[in-house]
Amino acid sequence: MSKKIEIKIEHVTRVEGHGNIVLDAEDGAVKQVQWQVSEAPRFFEAMMVGRDYTELTHIASRICGICSISHGLVSLKATENAMGVKISDQTLWLRKLAHHAEHLQSHVLHVGYLVAPDLFGVGSVFPLVGTHKDIVVKIIKLHRLANEMSDLFCGRTTHPITLTVGGFTKIPTEKELVALRHRLDDAIETTKEVAGVVLENAGKLPDFTRETEYIALSSGDEYAMYDGVISSTDAGRLNNDDYLDITNEFVVPYSTAKHARHKRDSYMVGALARFNLNSEKLSPLAKDVADMFGLKPLNYNPYMNSVAQLVEVAHCLEDSISKVDALLDTGLKDEVPDFKVNPGRGVGVIEAPRGLLIHDYTIDENGKCIKANCVIPTNQNHRNIQKDMEVLAPQLVGQDKDKKEIELTLEMLVRAYDPCISCSTHYLKVDFE
Amino acid sequence: MRPSVKPRVAFFDFASCEGCQLQVINLEESVIDLIDIVDVVSFREAMKEHSDDYDIAFVEGSIMRPMDAERLKKIRERAKILVALGACACIGGINALRNRYSVEHVKKVVYGDADIEGNPFFDVFHTKAVGDVVDVDYYVYGCPISRDELAKVITSLALGKKPEIPNYPVCVECKKKENVCIFEKGGFCLGPVTRAGCGAICPTNGSGCEGCRGLVDNPNTDSELDVLKKYGLTVEDALGRFDLFCYKYKGEVSK
Repeated sequence: MSKKIEIKIEHVTRVEGHGNIVLDAEDGAVKQVQWQVSEAPRFFEAMMVGRDYTELTHIASRICGICSISHGLVSLKATENAMGVKISDQTLWLRKLAHHAEHLQSHVLHVGYLVAPDLFGVGSVFPLVGTHKDIVVKIIKLHRLANEMSDLFCGRTTHPITLTVGGFTKIPTEKELVALRHRLDDAIETTKEVAGVVLENAGKLPDFTRETEYIALSSGDEYAMYDGVISSTDAGRLNNDDYLDITNEFVVPYSTAKHARHKRDSYMVGALARFNLNSEKLSPLAKDVADMFGLKPLNYNPYMNSVAQLVEVAHCLEDSISKVDALLDTGLKDEVPDFKVNPGRGVGVIEAPRGLLIHDYTIDENGKCIKANCVIPTNQNHRNIQKDMEVLAPQLVGQDKDKKEIELTLEMLVRAYDPCISCSTHYLKVDFE
Repeated sequence: MRPSVKPRVAFFDFASCEGCQLQVINLEESVIDLIDIVDVVSFREAMKEHSDDYDIAFVEGSIMRPMDAERLKKIRERAKILVALGACACIGGINALRNRYSVEHVKKVVYGDADIEGNPFFDVFHTKAVGDVVDVDYYVYGCPISRDELAKVITSLALGKKPEIPNYPVCVECKKKENVCIFEKGGFCLGPVTRAGCGAICPTNGSGCEGCRGLVDNPNTDSELDVLKKYGLTVEDALGRFDLFCYKYKGEVSK
């Protein structure tokens, strides 16, 4: 008797959109496996054209509710590069702190609310409130700190207000920075406790590896998040202005999100890519957390991306503490952005929580945007998810796994990439025949 | 028979950044209180479980395609109360900015010469707000929504009351905060005509109101014109800023 497995997950999830998984197998052989992105296209590039340079950062932040700060910041970088605007050291540090706040928020959300339920074998964080309240409260505490840190530097948790071309419309007071400093200190201990609990349950992370290329920013000065040069585990350091030759975006019929490839048929961006390229520059606690989990470069297991995010939580906390100290040492000044509108083209790069993010704008002499291109991390990962599935699905089917396990393992794979908040939780609805 | 008398609540999303649903999670510890008064039966952003049996549907995002409109109509049929969540759902929001161009044009800009004809994923019409497709009972405005306002709306609905949404301009809240007027600082602000409820969060942070909550029901356009005149600005300046979120008000959304 032939055994047929048909998985069709429809209009389910949102990444920067909705994602589907289609798996078709018969007698232990996978005939087709497809990671589809059916998200309604939103055409941001078209929205930006014709808008004033002052509005671009506010439009850009609306691309993503979770990484709105990264989009806002990279938009400013592209705009400032296009117009030749220089920023002060104070602005740079404050922006890096805003950026850390977002990485903390996004990573805690992903590891704590979206991945943890899989490790505990439940459908959401809600039942954990009853069974593991202590750890849930710790996760909420870290999440609240990250969000309130975003409020402090950006004026709002989601969709930053204060970030503006050349500087800030409002900066925190020294008193607020001192208060933040205490809370960051306190969060170090909480992070260790959360990491300990994740480690106890990390055995649920599938042991799957597939060699691929990893791409992330690298910097001689620090663990690259805000600034750096696009670098690859296959090709070394590259040139940011050549990003089009690195990302090579193309359209596939089963995805409204574009795919990307570089040296191989796919590549991965995100926390694991950053770890694989730059782990030696992590803060001491971050290195300890990596050691706890035995995470070493090069790690080819995509499921370990969540662990790399936890490592980065530790890094962002420690690095934020040193940046707050530096700002308090120098003292805060009220600065008024000072620049002229110049026409030109500018490329901005940054590491969003989900990976390499690029905005490229051309601005005319009136300060209007005449061309825009945005390369989103999740789009760069879609092909890598697809390629992972093409290797993983036959393994699962060949091992005669039951339908629930195949479903969960594929769901967890997609989640590991943290494509976006909503997709990560109820991603797939799998029907077997 | 249902085992619980708590209202059953579901969250859905269409074309959006998901930032409004994220505010539910951003309620932090208060989420625990919220699940005391309602049963969340579908919320893909945070839970795997899903049910089609719900009383109140919160819908985030704009409607872009026939396939999305069909899904929304099914949600409307099932829900006793439908609440539009955030600017994209309430007024089209930033998604409606592309309605300045033809659908063919924006497709070309983003997807180039790729063969997407006849593919339902790519079959888009002009951006529509949720209310352009189905009846909406209540609106929670903003980009993103205020999580405090959302908590109040959910509490009101759980108690069977009508939620109170402000119908006065942002200037009222801004004055209460004793902010220096953005126009005085040489900036541009849509506070005089935009619906309040945000606590004048943008002017309070030194940035002009962008109109993300849409217009008050009867905007005082004469007063807005006076303000523009006083600060040497033109109606074109105002309209140019206005369509960032409120393009919908400039003309009928194309069907």
